[in-house]
Amino acid sequence: MDKKFTLDANGVYYRQLNERIRAAVAEGHTDFELTNVRGQRYIADALAGDLRFHIHGVPGQDLGAFMRGPKIRVSGNAQDGVGNTMDDGEIAIDGLAGDVLGYAMRGGRIMVRGDVGYRVGIHMKAYMEKVPVVVIGGKAGDFLGEYMAGGAIVLLGMFTGKPDAPIAGRSLGTGMHGGVIYVRGGVPVEQLGPHLKTEAADEADMAVLSKHVTAFAASFGLDAAEILSVPFVRVKPFSHRPYGNLYVAA
Amino acid sequence: MKAPFRYYDYEKDISGCGIFGVIDKKRGLIKGDMPIAAMTCMHDRGNGLGGGFAAYGIYPDMADLYAFHVMSSSQSALDRAEEMIKAHFEVHESQPIPTRKTLAIKNPPLMWRYFLSVKEDRPRWRSLSEEDYVVAVLMDVNKSSGGAYVFSSGKNMGAFKGVGFPEDIAEFFRLEEYSAYIWTGHNRFPTNTPGWWGGAHPFTLLNWSIVHNGEISSYGINRRYLCMHNYECTLMTDTEVVAYLLDLLIRKHGLTKRMASWVFAPPFWDEIARMSPQEKEAFTALRMVYGPAMLNGPFAILVGDGKSLMGLNDRIKLRPLLVAEHGDRVFMSSEESAVRDVCPELDKVWMPKAGEPVIVELEA
Repeated sequence: MDKKFTLDANGVYYRQLNERIRAAVAEGHTDFELTNVRGQRYIADALAGDLRFHIHGVPGQDLGAFMRGPKIRVSGNAQDGVGNTMDDGEIAIDGLAGDVLGYAMRGGRIMVRGDVGYRVGIHMKAYMEKVPVVVIGGKAGDFLGEYMAGGAIVLLGMFTGKPDAPIAGRSLGTGMHGGVIYVRGGVPVEQLGPHLKTEAADEADMAVLSKHVTAFAASFGLDAAEILSVPFVRVKPFSHRPYGNLYVAA
Repeated sequence: MKAPFRYYDYEKDISGCGIFGVIDKKRGLIKGDMPIAAMTCMHDRGNGLGGGFAAYGIYPDMADLYAFHVMSSSQSALDRAEEMIKAHFEVHESQPIPTRKTLAIKNPPLMWRYFLSVKEDRPRWRSLSEEDYVVAVLMDVNKSSGGAYVFSSGKNMGAFKGVGFPEDIAEFFRLEEYSAYIWTGHNRFPTNTPGWWGGAHPFTLLNWSIVHNGEISSYGINRRYLCMHNYECTLMTDTEVVAYLLDLLIRKHGLTKRMASWVFAPPFWDEIARMSPQEKEAFTALRMVYGPAMLNGPFAILVGDGKSLMGLNDRIKLRPLLVAEHGDRVFMSSEESAVRDVCPELDKVWMPKAGEPVIVELEA
């Protein structure tokens, strides 16, 4: 059967749109092209397996939430809540993305070519082989990586519509106690959350960075070597599992 | 009361209010269809308990007169309101606000509008400025007519609002028949206050109108502060205070919109500490003098005044706001999809920084 499934989302309510996608997945379709998407919520949420989505337009809130495996490409901008609690798979957004992207993300990778909003990557976490990654080509708003417990955020600050803004907003990494935030070129100390410091990325860091920057560059037709030609700093937590002994003796 | 059986099967859409605004900088008229379509795109940000629109430029033949929109739960309250209005104003025209019967809007209040000028020989409040006089009469009607509320009082502008989804309210008020150079729209998901006709957005006073997504946690202190300045809240919804604060700070105290935004969403103390001595002094003074006018809690607001459209977020951006430009038109919206729905090609799209207003003034 034809694995491809094309759907014109113009004027289709989000419930019907998602019902049709799910019915098509059940029938065995794996390659989805959605056109004229304008704000329909919950696209590809909780879908599992080897599926590919190409979205033209502006998908609505919670794109790819709880998703386990599919790859999503957005030709356009995305709104809030992209990859909420996402488990596996990949989301690549050509434009910019809104607030709380990658909230509580637990696996997979999200790449945004442009700027992202506030509270991106908050509560990200990792466990054994599950290590979520967010790569941001532009700049980020406040609270990037707040309460982060695992995974990696890579902030490039290059492909931005806000030339005058600092690379990250206030309270970067506030309360983080796991994972790592890499920033290309550095970040003003007043943007960091309380007690956080930056240090130069070491060789092991550069290996991680190289892997994800290469994927980012390939995805958007950019030059990875140029992106990596500037030193990176890392923001790392100053505590590890601060509440690990709250209820049990050490 | 027990939780329903298998309560976890009950579907619930998690939503927040939706806001949309558009201004044509050259005063080009925009048909009502456009803001209606944009609000319809964000249908699921509300729950049917409030919808509304503000439109500027809709009464060009009456542009010098105050256009009072009045809603009333009963004919007797409307009669009392009319008596009070007639005692204080010359009534140039008086008519029902055009509405149509629709399936979605049940038991609407009576809707009436008056085009007014201030009486030469005022029965009271003779020493007040004209605008303060209008505000005083309006507050009195809302407080003492026993069920009638003036919900729009500007010139060449009007608010239209009620209980329903915004597209239903638009159909009810026949808004597709109006054209305006500034529109704002609101889709309500009431959280802490009742979903009633008076509590729908926009909230207005004179030419000010505001739509708001969020929650003004400082409502109590804001309301008490306003009360000391003769603004009395009667509409049982937090956003009402912002309309009156705008009037107090900007019209009466002469602050610029930029300064008023600093009052609403001031810089953090640690940011003030890093400023130059002069700035430090100015921002400290602003926080000290206008502490009770600061808005605490999450908000994205759109403010119209007939000459500009302003968008502002709370300083830690707890609600979404997007700005987009196309030619002479600037859009502000909770979601980009709503803008793309009515204007697919955009010259510029961005999300403003928390606490920093986007102010778009008319150029014509």
